[in-house]
Amino acid sequence: MSQRKAASGDERIRRLLMSGLDGEMPAEEREELERLLESDPALEDEWGRLLRLKEVTDTMVFKKPPDDVWDDYWASVYIRLERGIGWVLLSLGAIVLISYGIWASAQHLISDVEMPLYLKVAVGATILGVVVLFVSVLRERLFMGRFERYKDIER
Amino acid sequence: MERDRSAEIEVSDNLLVLKAQAGDREAFGELVKRYMRRAYYAALGLTGSHEDAMDLSQEAFIRAYRARASLDPDRPFYPWLYQIVRRLCFNLARDRRTRRRRLEEATPWLRDQAGARSSVSDPGCSAERSELRSRLEAAIDALPEREREVLVLKEFEGLRYREIADLLGIPIGTVMSRLYTARRNLAEHLGDVL
Repeated sequence: MSQRKAASGDERIRRLLMSGLDGEMPAEEREELERLLESDPALEDEWGRLLRLKEVTDTMVFKKPPDDVWDDYWASVYIRLERGIGWVLLSLGAIVLISYGIWASAQHLISDVEMPLYLKVAVGATILGVVVLFVSVLRERLFMGRFERYKDIER
Repeated sequence: MERDRSAEIEVSDNLLVLKAQAGDREAFGELVKRYMRRAYYAALGLTGSHEDAMDLSQEAFIRAYRARASLDPDRPFYPWLYQIVRRLCFNLARDRRTRRRRLEEATPWLRDQAGARSSVSDPGCSAERSELRSRLEAAIDALPEREREVLVLKEFEGLRYREIADLLGIPIGTVMSRLYTARRNLAEHLGDVL
């Protein structure tokens, strides 16, 4: 119980240090912080280091990129969007064409009476493997991602 | 006055979101132009690399466009976009391979205003400030991502505690605790120069 009390006391002191440092502190809390700093040399030392750090970070700003970056920004986003749509269409078309090609070749090979049985089995296994892998990937991307309720929760 | 202006922006954000949801790309383009700098600097603060910040902020807009149907037009656009930006940045940071590459190719992402002012009159001081800046960047790079995020939002984006809490969806107390831990870690890293 006393440990918990001490922990919550430490937490309060940390918050006082932060709000004092960032100028987001009400007047009554400022007095409390000043009293704490006067009565605790270790805390005063920490406050001094935090103040010096704040002085350093206050002089730093983000490095600005060249101005022309902003002129092309929306164009780049638009191009990437467009290319994304292009890739989806290309992929869909390719899937249909490749599937048709595989189906037509398989029919041709299976109806070939001169081909040995083990080769026919190998061709069938290869086609079946590709189909299983494709369906599995598709199911994962389309369904499991969509119905995973916690997909956006960061663990 | 400031509040009226911010309300005006929000109303028109609203309208742009509705138009974008109806498939109007120009309206979405307007949203991109309005928030590209904020998204870029948010990503820069989280990744520390211009190239990554440019790539991830643009990727965030692309994902926002694809997911626009799920956005509630009555809610502000930027906090929603920021969630996408931070998730992309955190994912990148978790990719150790990319992180190693980034560290090898690291270029400065902070600018020292005070150093820039004093460099003309005192080159020695300028070298010292440059060393301080690179040590600060390295210390920020070494922070855990959540501490780094709060520190960047406070120190370099200049947000108030309430704004950070709203943006991240966490209590103000948590913002202050993370900020304290981040600053204590930075002070330890920079111990001899402070």
